Amino acid sequence: MSEALVYWLQQVLNALQLGSIYALIALGYTLVYGILTMINFAHGDVFMVGAFFCFLSAVYLGLPFVPTLLLTILGTALLGVLIERLAYKPLRHAPRVSAVITALGVGLFLENFTLALAPYPKNVPALLDNVTWDLGGVSLSSLQVIIIFLSLGLMLVLDHVVHRTPVGMAMRAISWDRTFVPLMGVPVNTIISVTFAIGAGLAGAAGTMYALAYPVIDPYMGIMVGWKAFISAVVGGIGNIRGAMIGAFLLGGVEIMVTAFFPSTYRDFVAFTLLLLLILVRPYGILGQPRTQKV
Amino acid sequence: MSAPLAPAAEARLAPAAEAQLEVRDLTLSYDGIRALHGVSFTVGAGEIVTLVGANGAGKTSVLRAISGLAPFGGSIRFEGQDLRRVPAHRIVGLGIAHVPEGRGVFGNLTVHENLRLATWQRRDRAGIEADLERVLGTFPRLRERLRQPAGTLSGGEQQMLAVGRALMSRARLLLLDEPSMGLSPRLVQEIFRVIEEINRSGVTVLLVEQNANMALHVASRAYVLETGAVTLSGTGPELRGDPRVREAYLGA
Repeated sequence: MSEALVYWLQQVLNALQLGSIYALIALGYTLVYGILTMINFAHGDVFMVGAFFCFLSAVYLGLPFVPTLLLTILGTALLGVLIERLAYKPLRHAPRVSAVITALGVGLFLENFTLALAPYPKNVPALLDNVTWDLGGVSLSSLQVIIIFLSLGLMLVLDHVVHRTPVGMAMRAISWDRTFVPLMGVPVNTIISVTFAIGAGLAGAAGTMYALAYPVIDPYMGIMVGWKAFISAVVGGIGNIRGAMIGAFLLGGVEIMVTAFFPSTYRDFVAFTLLLLLILVRPYGILGQPRTQKV
Repeated sequence: MSAPLAPAAEARLAPAAEAQLEVRDLTLSYDGIRALHGVSFTVGAGEIVTLVGANGAGKTSVLRAISGLAPFGGSIRFEGQDLRRVPAHRIVGLGIAHVPEGRGVFGNLTVHENLRLATWQRRDRAGIEADLERVLGTFPRLRERLRQPAGTLSGGEQQMLAVGRALMSRARLLLLDEPSMGLSPRLVQEIFRVIEEINRSGVTVLLVEQNANMALHVASRAYVLETGAVTLSGTGPELRGDPRVREAYLGA
């Protein structure tokens, strides 16, 4: 393979890895927005708590990768449900800004609660034997393969759940207009809880994989990653599941390409500028549609 | 002050066992503003009963209360069961289906998904398939558009879907809120024909309509609602002949 091709393939691989993690988190923003038209600003911090659950499971319970992943998903799913029930549900009929402030407050609470318990950054032990293969100059690690395929697998499962199962049908009905959903016999609050559980569970999976790829974790790690995932969701068209995935891989790609050509300190500046320009051109995002008037 | 006594007197004459739906002294408020001031009426099994009245008279509020969409005062009993503490999503399981004002179809779901969603609490797969066939037999247009998003249907087709969806729950009581709204005269005729057909198959109908003329023609009994209270009641022909109804609602 030519040197240029090897270089590009390597960058694509790196972009896929970063994009998968953004995508898993972006899905949580888009799911919750779809169903409640609310931005869950605590979501990035749920991802952070996921990384800490992974640390706790690996260090204190001594569990291997698969049980740790499952435990983390379960733990963050439960956290997501708890956050919705305790903090958001009481404000469902309050002015929208109250919900936004509450979400920011929940995020700050999670950060500082974690900070109180873990004042110093933690090292997550390697749960997987990381093998690196050399494919004609392109280096591919087993961790990369796991991150990319696990993320894609979870996204396929989610896409199936949303578009092909009764629960997904109920979620989509609620996102259209939840006023009359109870008339169908659908318990709206249960479906909202399930949505938060799925979104937070995916963030937990992302937290686990992030902690394995970048093993030093701290209570503020969710802020920047959370913003990037949120922006991915908006760029893709918030409320749209496939859009969130596209936006996330786009952002991952842009970030990797920027660092390939510019000093790495330019990365976020250039990436965010490009995405802002894209939003100016397509205000509803790549797959987003302005909602047609309902009669 | 004879008004509060009237429902009690009626109760002695018509025991609760005879009415499938019994609404008594129903009150309902939105943000502290009273929309219903003690509405009482009954619907017998197999009847078509209509509530007629002007915009804002409280017709929709009555249906919202029955379906559990809005908290209410007074009492609502369906087949003897008190509906006060029943959450909205349990109402359809008891045998009450509600076709809301504006149809309430989910535009992002296909026609088929809209119909399937209404069977959320049913587990009898074979029965659901049979009911789907029955509904598609009643509304052949829906069969042609089964895989289309419901948002792409015309207003008339959406109304058919809303009624068909209500039938998918095997309701014994059908609440219809302004089914003729926004439809052409031909479609209004069609929808009323279907309502009568559904009623003949054994489903009780409580119909809320601004189109008093059509409603009084199909109804066995009717109640006139004005500013949140029942002001007149009688059989369909009685009310069609009543000068007050003729002047206020039939434009005669």
